[in-house]
Amino acid sequence: MVKEEQELANRPDNTAFTQQRLPAWQPMLSAGIVIPGFVIIGLAFIGIGVALFVTSHSIQVLELDYTGVENTEPCYRCSDPSSKNCVCTLEFSIDSLFEGPVFFYYGLTNYFQNYRKYGASRDDNQLSGDLDYFKSPGNDCAPYQYNSNNKPIVPCGAIANSMFNDTFKLYQIIRGSKKLVPFDGKGIAWWTDYNIKYRNPSVTPLKNAFNDTVKPLFWSKPAYELDPTDPANNGFINQDFLVWMRRAALPDFRKLYRRITEGDYAKGLPAGNYSLEIAYNYPVMSFDGRKKVVLSNVSWMGGKNEFLGIAYLVIGSLCVVMSIVMLIVYAKFKFPEED
Amino acid sequence: MGLVASFFGQLCGKEKKPEEERHLRANDRSFNLTYQYANNAIKTSKYNILTFLPRNLFEQFQRLANAYFLFLMILQVIPQVSSLSWFTTAVPLMFVLSITAVKDANDDINRHKSDNQVNNRIVNVLVDGKLKNEKWMNVQVGDIIKLENNQFVTADLLLLSSSEPLNLVYVETAELDGETNLKVKQALTVTGEMGDNIDALAGFNGEVRCEPPNNRLDKFTGTLSLNGQTAALDNDKVLLRGCTLRNTEWCFGLVIFGGPDTKLMQNSGKTTFKRTSIDHLMNVLVLCIFGFLASMCTFLAIGNAIWESREGSMFVAFLPLEKGVDSSLSSFLSFWSYIIVLNTLVPISLYVSVEIIRLGNSFFIDWDRKMYYPKSDTPAQARTTTLNEELGQIKYIFSDKTGTLTQNIMTFNKCSISGKAYGELFDFTGHRVEITEKTEKVDFSWNQLADPKFVFHDHRLLETVKEGNPDAQAFFRLLALCHTVMPDEKKEGELYYQAQSPDEGALVTAARNFGFVFRSRTPESITVVEMGKQVIYELLAVLDFNNVRKRMSVIVRSPEGKLTLFCKGADTIIFERLHPSCKKLVEVTNTHLSDYAGEGLRTLALAYKDLDESFMDEWKQRHHEASTALVEREEKLDELYEEIEKDLLLLGATAVEDKLQDGVPQTIEQLAKADIKIWVLTGDKQETAENIGYSCNMLREEMKEIFIVAANTAEGVKEELQNARRKMSSSSADKPSVIKARAGLFWLQKTETVQDEEVDGEYGLVINGHSLAFALEKDLQLELLRTACMCQTVICCRVTPLQKAQVVQLVKKYKQAVTLAIGDGANDVSMIKAAHIGVGISGQEGMQAVLSSDFSFAQFRYLQRLLLVHGRWSYLRMCKFLQYFFYKNFTFTFVHFWYAFFCGFSAQTVYDEWFITLYNLMYTALPVLGLSIFDQDVNDRWSFQYPQLYTPGQLNQYFSKKAFVRCMMKSCYSSLILFFIPWAAMHDTVRDDGKDIADYQSFALLAQTCLLIVMSIQLSLDTHYWTAVNQFFVWGSLAGYFAITFTMYSNGMFLIFTSAFPFIGTARNSLNQPNVWLTIFLTSLLCILPVVAFRFILIQLRPTINDKVRHKMRKEALPAPTKPVRVKRISTRRSGYAFSHSQGYGDLVTSRKFLLKIPVRTRPALFTETDSPLAQNQPQHYRTITEEPEGSQSP
Repeated sequence: MVKEEQELANRPDNTAFTQQRLPAWQPMLSAGIVIPGFVIIGLAFIGIGVALFVTSHSIQVLELDYTGVENTEPCYRCSDPSSKNCVCTLEFSIDSLFEGPVFFYYGLTNYFQNYRKYGASRDDNQLSGDLDYFKSPGNDCAPYQYNSNNKPIVPCGAIANSMFNDTFKLYQIIRGSKKLVPFDGKGIAWWTDYNIKYRNPSVTPLKNAFNDTVKPLFWSKPAYELDPTDPANNGFINQDFLVWMRRAALPDFRKLYRRITEGDYAKGLPAGNYSLEIAYNYPVMSFDGRKKVVLSNVSWMGGKNEFLGIAYLVIGSLCVVMSIVMLIVYAKFKFPEED
Repeated sequence: MGLVASFFGQLCGKEKKPEEERHLRANDRSFNLTYQYANNAIKTSKYNILTFLPRNLFEQFQRLANAYFLFLMILQVIPQVSSLSWFTTAVPLMFVLSITAVKDANDDINRHKSDNQVNNRIVNVLVDGKLKNEKWMNVQVGDIIKLENNQFVTADLLLLSSSEPLNLVYVETAELDGETNLKVKQALTVTGEMGDNIDALAGFNGEVRCEPPNNRLDKFTGTLSLNGQTAALDNDKVLLRGCTLRNTEWCFGLVIFGGPDTKLMQNSGKTTFKRTSIDHLMNVLVLCIFGFLASMCTFLAIGNAIWESREGSMFVAFLPLEKGVDSSLSSFLSFWSYIIVLNTLVPISLYVSVEIIRLGNSFFIDWDRKMYYPKSDTPAQARTTTLNEELGQIKYIFSDKTGTLTQNIMTFNKCSISGKAYGELFDFTGHRVEITEKTEKVDFSWNQLADPKFVFHDHRLLETVKEGNPDAQAFFRLLALCHTVMPDEKKEGELYYQAQSPDEGALVTAARNFGFVFRSRTPESITVVEMGKQVIYELLAVLDFNNVRKRMSVIVRSPEGKLTLFCKGADTIIFERLHPSCKKLVEVTNTHLSDYAGEGLRTLALAYKDLDESFMDEWKQRHHEASTALVEREEKLDELYEEIEKDLLLLGATAVEDKLQDGVPQTIEQLAKADIKIWVLTGDKQETAENIGYSCNMLREEMKEIFIVAANTAEGVKEELQNARRKMSSSSADKPSVIKARAGLFWLQKTETVQDEEVDGEYGLVINGHSLAFALEKDLQLELLRTACMCQTVICCRVTPLQKAQVVQLVKKYKQAVTLAIGDGANDVSMIKAAHIGVGISGQEGMQAVLSSDFSFAQFRYLQRLLLVHGRWSYLRMCKFLQYFFYKNFTFTFVHFWYAFFCGFSAQTVYDEWFITLYNLMYTALPVLGLSIFDQDVNDRWSFQYPQLYTPGQLNQYFSKKAFVRCMMKSCYSSLILFFIPWAAMHDTVRDDGKDIADYQSFALLAQTCLLIVMSIQLSLDTHYWTAVNQFFVWGSLAGYFAITFTMYSNGMFLIFTSAFPFIGTARNSLNQPNVWLTIFLTSLLCILPVVAFRFILIQLRPTINDKVRHKMRKEALPAPTKPVRVKRISTRRSGYAFSHSQGYGDLVTSRKFLLKIPVRTRPALFTETDSPLAQNQPQHYRTITEEPEGSQSP
């Protein structure tokens, strides 16, 4: 026996793997699976589609363009880049209760935050509070790396430099008098951005960390003075700054400005007339951009989006139609049985 | 250090002028050193430790794909165009380079090891008058070395002296040319006199002048000057490295060429690198992709220019544009940026993955137990691992006969003695019993001299002989006497036969076992032991065999003084010369012969005649005159033979089986069903080849006609070919329809394809070597090809190795079909190298065929498994892989293209850079490898059941340029879905807590997750065979994606490598959103459902053969493999005569020289080392190409 084994030293192993006999599942696109599959998927899609569509319809959205392109618009005079500290007021009314919590967005169109060099023009090390990068910001920030006096810009880069700086105040007009709708600016940015990605250097007062640096060219206030009302909301962890720094994927976008969750308006905005006071600073006319504010509430599926619901409905119906077509083809041609 | 030295040595050597003449003096190292000849060290390795990295990298970057990626990497470090971080290209490139480098290093280490092993072999060298053990590598040109029996020859040596008489040595040249028979070399008498006298040898100072190193194995010219005298040296005096010394106690030799200069090393030049048709297609496609990439980038660059001038310049306030960059420069830069972004269109991992898949499939071939031959313990071997998928596309097989289709063993199988047939077994009801290995064998132990290997099953024959039946005894007496076999009895009772043809060996062995033992011969006598009694016959004449006569006779005088002529030959020839009284016997014997022929046995008819003394005396006188005649000697002899060989009395007939290898007819039938055409190219004679054609079912009785082309002039050949063609298809045009096309890289290659012509019915074509030589001339080539391709079976006989290669090349050139050549001997090497795929039959004569082959196994029948199972699967897998691979990369890349319209053509990528880096390398690598290593549409048994499954491969149906375009269209669709559905779903929405979701990072994550899921589902759709490994790879990769993504986007990674992982938190924040998942779900199904529906409808409307078999497979169990019944064919009077004999040794047998063992110059291959006389069947023609006619040097 031993001898025989030695003689067969080159005999390959008899395993399912080497002999390619591994047990396997061999599915096939048979009529019994495909046609019912399409029907089931179709019906499921129609179901989801209806749910999405109904949900989406229940979401209220109010969009107000305040760019001031036409001279009839209230902000027309502010759209002139030469006007400084221009404030304009937009009046609008709500017919029925705008259910809360209401979210207040600003939107920009034709604004290319997704332009490659714009997106890259930042320094994550600096923004995470590393003081070394305060003195010498990364090269990606150029040309917003140093100012003309060769002083480092903090926060450097094009994104930070172009931070949106219009501010809004919303009033409800109750019998001729304006009642300020309280805005909640806390927690409008991602938790991870606020806690991990962006950090202020651990220097107190914060101002000292910014010694020997200059504020971005387009900014009116340095980073450590962004929110005079709340000292904790300054520097790189200012909520508005965080929202702006999360750059948009597409050239038309909206960003969260404030939430309306407090006081009389916790349940939503009651029907009535409102007045929006805008401190108009941000120039968009030069590149044919538009600015708008959006008031919206949300559902389990996020903001209003008709597309998903309609797409599910259409594709679900197509699946059902397709399954009928396949059934006809199957019945008519079947599977040719001849060899 | 040695390596470094030899490296520099090589450098110096390269600067030297090419050697014109070699001049050396024995025992004079200092003299020889002045010429700086290479010593005997060999170096087949490519690198050493110092040179490995630079040389290997240099070689790798010569590959187009690698060079391209190096170029990309350089682009990426230019900040103006760098749209991706350097690591996106560097990581995969490093990975690819290091895998290849490891493989190369491993190969080279093996080469180093074998070099070392060879270089450190020990040999006896004569140094300073003493024999010393030296390593091979230290042997220098001009040294005298001593070799002993069974040692390898160290270097190319001039033979000086040997232990054998007449200074002969015997060498085996199997490693050089594959021939296992021994060759004789003889030293010059001058040097031979020295014998093993060390002093004489040490004092030997002959000077050799000879040709410079070259690779001709069969030629050597030089002179030896000794003491003022000059002797000519030729090939016969030279022992070449690679030979083995046999049957020679010792010999001394003078080193002429060492190491790299030896003929062996000069011959082991670069083998031509074979590439598969998929490789060529891939190159063309990659080139197309380059073109496509360039045009896409140009388009985007133009888009960028327009965008910059219309939008960008307005937007400049917020954009960090550098000074001096206007729209045209920006568009130029964005061209290069897009080259970087879209680089995944040219998949770097493609080449690596293809290699891995081929390697995997090669391992499956190596591991296959069903291609393992236990008798010789040889597994199948994929020697070239880069040709697997081509195995699934074979259209033509060129097969050798001897040793490939046949076992090269002749067995005496049946006989008919005076009208009674022996050799078949019947049960008591009179039915034939199948003879198997278990059938009881006839016991020959009573016969001391019997050959134990001889097997016979019919007991009646032995009984008949033992009973003393005179006919039966005469029958075997004839077999024992009428032949030209040489006996070899080294020890008493151990008898070996050296037969010129294996047929003869079989017959004489049969006689031996039935009690008529041919014991020895002298020129005048033959000693036979007849039933234990020694009888010496006087041999009066041998009327030798030749092609025209097709018979041989001997005239002997028995001790009693009776004169008898014994004759054996082709039945038709013998029957013409019989005495009329045999008429009745002829009829009976004829039916037996027809039966034998029908079974594919080789038959000979035996007859005898008693002669009277006076006639014989007179005849002998005339014979003597004729054989000394100066003019027309042949004719006169023929006449004399004709005169005496008449009125013969028929004894019976023999049937010898040229044993086919197991399963050959079934294999051929299977391959024919798979629409593969088999051509047999053999060196054998026409009759033999035809015979084999019949016995392995290639030529069939039911064929309409079998054309035989045997003309001796070009016109004759042309006429015969044309006639054959017209008979097959009367409408056949005179001019062949040739399609001219261009193909290959840059369409530089011109191709001409001769189209197949319609034929009704099956035909066969047999063409002999002479005619083939004419037919292969330029003007007849196409004629041959057209006619041959119309026939079901083509057999070329008497073909030289060169012609074999020419035939293969002819088909390759004009049919654009994939060819496979299979053979076992050195004479098949040329054809094995010429064909797309060469297969060597291992474990038989020599290794030459195996060494130059791409695949090797022990039995011809494994070919069907190699092609129908492994080949088909490999092809299928490769095609699936390519389709999927292109699809996955195109889809990936096209999404960037659509995004360009939304990001100002700024070369912004859609996905995270890490995803781009890992997509091909990790997320999708294993599943597709799993698919392309494990997938099978139907299992092996069904593949055998339906050989038709093989045909799509021959027609390139699974992957072609068309399929590639389809792939691109599908990718285009998928990428549109993959971009625009997330776009539409996300562009104006927010998270369920009102925060951002349409930000770049969330969008990137959504897009890449959709992509990966779609790719996984697509892969699942393509997978037909879900093993646990596939499941693991697919699910594992998906899980791996999420795990890696969550890890890379985690707080920890960001805190450690702040700038490398800016996507922190994205996964957590967006993958918890229901609308994100709804989008992923929608996108995936929208990509997949149309594919499913399309495939389903296609299966219903136009099912492929694969679909049909798969469908059948689901419904029914595999029918039990029907045991192939060997149908007894109805034979219509076909002669089974065949004899692998060209010209007998009649002259030699009667010549005194031969028996004194003086080497016969013209037949040095006479002595064989193999112990079985049957194992020798070297096709006779082989010598005609390797050896120049040698001048007679006999002393």
